[in-house]
Formats: sequence, structure tokens, C-alpha cells
Amino acid sequence: MFNNLSDRLNAVFKKLKGHGKLTEKNIEEGLKEVRMALLEADVHYKVVKKFISDIKERALGQEVMASLTPGQQVVKIVNDELTELMGGRLEDLNLSGPVPVSIMLVGLQGSGKTTTAGKLAVFLRKKGKKPYLVPADVYRPAAIDQLSKLGQQLSVPVFPSSLEMDPVQICQEARTTAHRTGCDTLLIDTAGRLHIDEALMDELSRIKDAVKPADILLVADAMTGQDAVNIAQSFNKTLDIGGVVLSKMDGDARGGAALSIKSITDKPIKFVGVGEKLSDLEPFHPDRMASRILGMGDVLTIIEKAQSVVDEKKAAELEKKLRKNEFTLEDFRDQMVQIRKMGSMSELINMIPGMGQMKQLKNLEVDEKEFVKIEAIINSMTPLERRQYTLIKGSRRKRIAKGSGTSVQDINKLLKNYTQVIKMIKKVNKGGMRGLGMGMPSF
Amino acid sequence: MALKWFKKKKDEQEAAASTEPKPDNVPEALNAEDHPGDEALEQNNGTASENKENEPAPPPDPTEPDPDPEVPAKSGGFFKRLKSGLSKTRKLLSTDINDLFAGNRKIDDELLEDLEELLITSDIGVQTTQDLIETISKKSSKISGPDELKAVLKEKILELLSLEPPTPREITDTPRVIMVIGVNGVGKTTTIGKLAARAASSGKKVILVAADTFRAAAIEQLDIWSQRAGVDIIKHKENSDPAAVSYDGIEAAVARDADMVLVDTAGRIHTKVNLMEELKKIKRTISKKLPGAPHEVLLILDATTGQNALSQAKLFNDAIEVTGIALTKLDGTAKGGIVVSICSTLEIPLKYIGVGEKIEDLQEFDPIQFVEALF
Repeated sequence: MFNNLSDRLNAVFKKLKGHGKLTEKNIEEGLKEVRMALLEADVHYKVVKKFISDIKERALGQEVMASLTPGQQVVKIVNDELTELMGGRLEDLNLSGPVPVSIMLVGLQGSGKTTTAGKLAVFLRKKGKKPYLVPADVYRPAAIDQLSKLGQQLSVPVFPSSLEMDPVQICQEARTTAHRTGCDTLLIDTAGRLHIDEALMDELSRIKDAVKPADILLVADAMTGQDAVNIAQSFNKTLDIGGVVLSKMDGDARGGAALSIKSITDKPIKFVGVGEKLSDLEPFHPDRMASRILGMGDVLTIIEKAQSVVDEKKAAELEKKLRKNEFTLEDFRDQMVQIRKMGSMSELINMIPGMGQMKQLKNLEVDEKEFVKIEAIINSMTPLERRQYTLIKGSRRKRIAKGSGTSVQDINKLLKNYTQVIKMIKKVNKGGMRGLGMGMPSF
Repeated sequence: MALKWFKKKKDEQEAAASTEPKPDNVPEALNAEDHPGDEALEQNNGTASENKENEPAPPPDPTEPDPDPEVPAKSGGFFKRLKSGLSKTRKLLSTDINDLFAGNRKIDDELLEDLEELLITSDIGVQTTQDLIETISKKSSKISGPDELKAVLKEKILELLSLEPPTPREITDTPRVIMVIGVNGVGKTTTIGKLAARAASSGKKVILVAADTFRAAAIEQLDIWSQRAGVDIIKHKENSDPAAVSYDGIEAAVARDADMVLVDTAGRIHTKVNLMEELKKIKRTISKKLPGAPHEVLLILDATTGQNALSQAKLFNDAIEVTGIALTKLDGTAKGGIVVSICSTLEIPLKYIGVGEKIEDLQEFDPIQFVEALF
């Protein structure tokens, strides 16, 4: 996400940093390119205009001119302003109020409300809540089915809405049912509608009056163009929304809509949808996103992700094993599983400082299925083979390949990689570098 | 370490992927995928029992027209509807352009900047905007009022939109297979529903193919459309192989002597290599079963989408050669200006526009009428 934007900005910054001294002309030229980059990323025209003039004012002031590294200073200013533009700090979902609390999801057709409802259910359940999915879209064909199926997949209860019911009635009855069944958070999936459709916008107001939701989230497509501002403004005017979920951030969308919406409505982006899996929803950290846009990486998110999946006891055990050069194929597999839990490889790579800019990594398409293959191969070995890989000779390789549905070449490759990891571990241990690979030795 | 290895593997993966592409989002252990032939062919009229929940009453849908939609009258009705659908767009642009000249302004830098704002906020794109502005500043001496400015803009945009005059398509092959693709949530299934209803009401035999086997309830959604339009549907179970469904769909269409086949594919983000491979496989399967098919690959774009639409069109086109575009959701406030760039840079014609929720709101695109309605 944001890749193209950060590429463009980085090119500008590189130029700026090259100057020992910055003149007004240098800065203006640089900012002109920043402006183009933002406009091409679909940031709203007016927002760009203000953003550029704010930066210009600061950049031409003492702050930069007096600095020893004026280029760096400009980058810092852009970073500050960008963070500010995106809302400063993380804003959580508002869940306060008498139980059960309700959260309403609103937005245009096809913005991703139903999928987001499913993802939020996963998110809330992780936080120890008991979510209740409420399909309130009686217009789109099979919309209720869609949410019911998601609920089934996740084992989250879904209110049995029917097409004859009025959406307001659905929400009211769902509240009562949630109360009775011990669910504490209602996720109301409303029908997609155009922000200029008065009748349907009025329906949203009536739902709001009926359930008094703790939070109203506008689900907006990250690929939305200049119109994002009109859409967000209209929904905000009618409903006084609590925040925004930016969906479909996993493509090459430059996400300019994110910047515009926050700046124009002053409502925070609370979540971003980053993939097709139901766990692919992330809280939105403006500061981290700003540094990701500027290509400075986002180590904090990686650490958090690692913390959420790494079992501490296992990590301690692993460290011991590594010290003793006892890293087996079983450990290799466990590590792989843990890394996979952290999310998609390409996402992670982009969060590592500097990695995003490496040319070789630009078009790297990590095939997540490759992991499945490796897991299958290791699972097809006997426990003894996993501990003593040297046992695995020709006929065993053939057997493993058959068992895992792969080819002998795949086995060879895996073993080669594994031996390289082992060699590296030995080297590190000899060199006395301590604590390497606490979380992920296979990096 | 691992990274290096991934890189090395990339080429092989690509090679492997092209021979046996499987979507990474489809859960493993799909028995159906291993035996596409064994999959029972379900059709609407045959096995209705499965859809009992949906069937009893067509949904009380206020936004949907009567089940028996008329084909829009060719002359006045069509143009009126297009105009009213685009009225918001039109009003914004035309009043703004009139405003530009308020107080007898001449074409100067300031006015050009205001015009730039207008064009950029219509999502027409930075590059196209600059080109347009350049043309206008060159002709500035000849432009003295809003009408002339509009005329110049119209002419220039028209030029970009219609590189070749749209030739009336000849329908010689039957069944005519149309594959419908696009990112998630742009309106693929709805567009198919509308196309099917239109074709069916003009007496054509249409078959829908539910090749979106990934999204929850996507098959049900298409099923409801097939009932509304009164056409047959070919479907498999959820999570089955979309190429296998397409194969069966074409086979059924040939056997039943259908005129038109509409293949609904799952929404996919255009940068996901695996999913694009899946799309290629569907296309290959279709053309293997029926040489010459698909006769049309229709890319659906959402008018609210900004510059990203260009990237969508490019990548889908690279993958499976898009033959036409349908621009949906033009009834909002979005102007969908990005199609101008798409048509001009990729030379893919815009074929349909969606200006409302009614079946007759899906219009065949006519660049002249479009531009007329725009200003």
C-alpha cells in the first residue's frame, strides 16, 4: 500500500537531501513534485493545496534555513504534516455505553461493509468481546446470506434477518436477542447506498435513532478518487460518523482518500482492510503510516505482530536450541508457521526500514502457498528424519515427495535451504553473537 | 535468508503457476477441484430445492423496477435518462465552468488554475488535465466565454474518448460468451443481471455462469438475478474451481443452443498474481471448450475510483486482454473522469455506463452523447 506515493516522495527527498544548502527555488521545485505525487495518489485538490502551502511556510522559515541538514529537515516537516493530516494518533473503536453496544457500518455499494463486519467480529473476539452480526441489508440480492455465511465460518452468531423485515425493526429485534443470548457488541451491516439518496440516508438516521450506536464507521474504498470527500462529508452530515474504515488497501491503491477524508471531515481513520482473509484488518496508526509512506519503515507494527503470534516459552526453548546448534526441521516448520501468522510476506517486507526501496524486492511476489508446500514436506517426514536430516537420502526423498504431493526437487531445495540456515546458525554461535533470531531465525 | 530463497524461487513459481494456477484464497482440500467433471451440474430449474430460502418471494426491493423491464425507448427516453443520471455531474461541471467566467474574466493563469482544479476533481488525472490545459492556453485568444471553452473541452475529450468510431458489433458466433471481470465491489454481478435482463427481454436465450465461487453468497446473488431475468444459471458449489464451472457453463450453452453466456468471476485486486493466473485459466478453459470464445472480456470499473482505475485497467488488460469497459455508479457525484485516460492510453473502448439501479439504467455508451451530457 502507498508504495507508489512513497516512491515518488522518496525521489523528491533524495534530490532535496543532495543540496548542501537549500534555496527557495529548490524547495519550490521539490514541493511542486510533492504536489503532483499527492494529486496522482487521489488526495483531494483542496487538501493538497493547503498541505503544500503549510509545508512551504514552515520550510522557508528559520527551522530549515538555519539547519545544518536542510534536506533532512524538509523530510521531517513533511513527515510531521503528513502525520497530522492523517489524524495524529491511533483512535480506538468506541465501545462505551450500556451493553449491548452497537456499531453501525455504513457506506456506498461495494465499499466492503459486509466483509469488514466479518473482520471486525474477529477483531472484537480477540479482544474478549462477544460480537453479534446483524445483516440489515434487505435490498442487495443475497446480502443476508453473505453475512450469515461469514458468521458460520467464524462461528459468530448472526441475527436471522429476513427480507420482509424493515431494517430498523431488524436492528431493534437484534438488540433484544443479543441481550438475551449474552452477546455484548452488535455489528450492524447496513445496505450500500449513494450518499445523495435521501430516502436511504434517512433510513440510516432512523436506525441510528433506534439503536443509539456507540460508533458509526464509514467504510470507504481505498481506491476512491476525488469524490471521497463528497461521500465522507454527506455521510458525516447525516450521521455524525465516529470514524472510517479504509478497505481494499492491499492493492496498489495510493490511499489518497485516507488523507482527504480525515482532513475534510476531521473524523479519524480507525481501521484499514489489508487482504481477503478475515483476519486482514489492522488498526490505523497515522504516525506509522506516515513513516511507511515516506519509506521509513514501520518496525513497531512488525514487533507488535511478532508479539501477538510468538509464544514466549517456545521462543526461549528455541533460543536454547539455537545456542546448542540443535535447530531441527521441526523448528524450521514451527518458525514458518509463526511467520505466516504475522500476515502476508510482502506486507511485512514493506514495513522493514529500507526494504521497501530495495529494487530487487520491488516486484517480489511471495507465494504464500510455498509455505504450505514446505509444511507438507516436513509433515511427510518421520520424526527421526526431522531431527536428523542427513538420513534423508534418495529413496526417502522419493517417499516424502509422494507423501506431500511435491517433487524430489522441492525436497532438495528445502533441504538445501535448511542446511544453509544451520550453517549460518553455527557461524553466528561461533562468532558469539548472542540472541540472534529470537523471533525469526529464518530471516 | 528466506528472502533470498523466495527470489530464487520466483521464476519457478511463475512457471509452475502458469501450468497449474490455483487461487491462494481458495481453501485447501477441495474435492471438487480434483474432480471437476464429477461435480453435479446444478441448474436453476432442475434443483430448486437448494434455494428454497431465496425463492418464495422476490425481495421487496424498492430500488428494483418491475420484474418485466421494458427496453428503454430508443430516442427521447434514452437520452433523458442518461442526462438525468448524469445531471449531478453535469450540473457541477457546467455551472462551475460558467462561474469561471463570472465578471468578464479573460483566460489567464488564475482562470487556468481554477480550471485545473475542476478537471482534477473530476478524476480525469494529472497528466490529462495538463494536456487539456495546454490546449486551452494555446487557443486562449480564441476563447472568450464559457460556451467556447466548453466547446474546446468537449472536442478534446471526445477525441480522447473515441479513438476509433464505435463499430456496430456483429453477432455471428453463438453462443456469444462474455466474461465479466473487475476488482471487488465494482458491480460485476449487478451489471450481469442487467445485461441478462436486457438480452432476455429482447428474446435472446441467456445463460449465466456463477464462476465467483469464492465470495460468500456470490452464487446466491447471481441466482436471484437469474430468477429476476428469467434465465438459466449454471453453478457449482462454493469454493469449487471457477474454470470447471465455466467449462460446464459453455457446454450447457452449446447444448441448449443459447445466444449469450455471461460468466461472473470473483472480484480480485489486480495486483494479486495468483488471482490473475486464475483468471487466465478461466479464459483458457473457455476458449478450449469453444474456439473463439470469450468473444468479449468486459472490465467493470467503479466511477468513484480515482487514478487507481488506470492501474486496474492496465493490469487486467495485460493479463487477459480486456475488450471493453463498463463504468458503473455514475449516478452518484463521482465524475469517473479516469475513463478518459483509460480509453486514450490503453485504447480500450468504453461500452456501457451504469447511471442508476434500474435495469434500463445500464446504457450502451455513446461518446458523443456522453460528452454532450457532461457539459
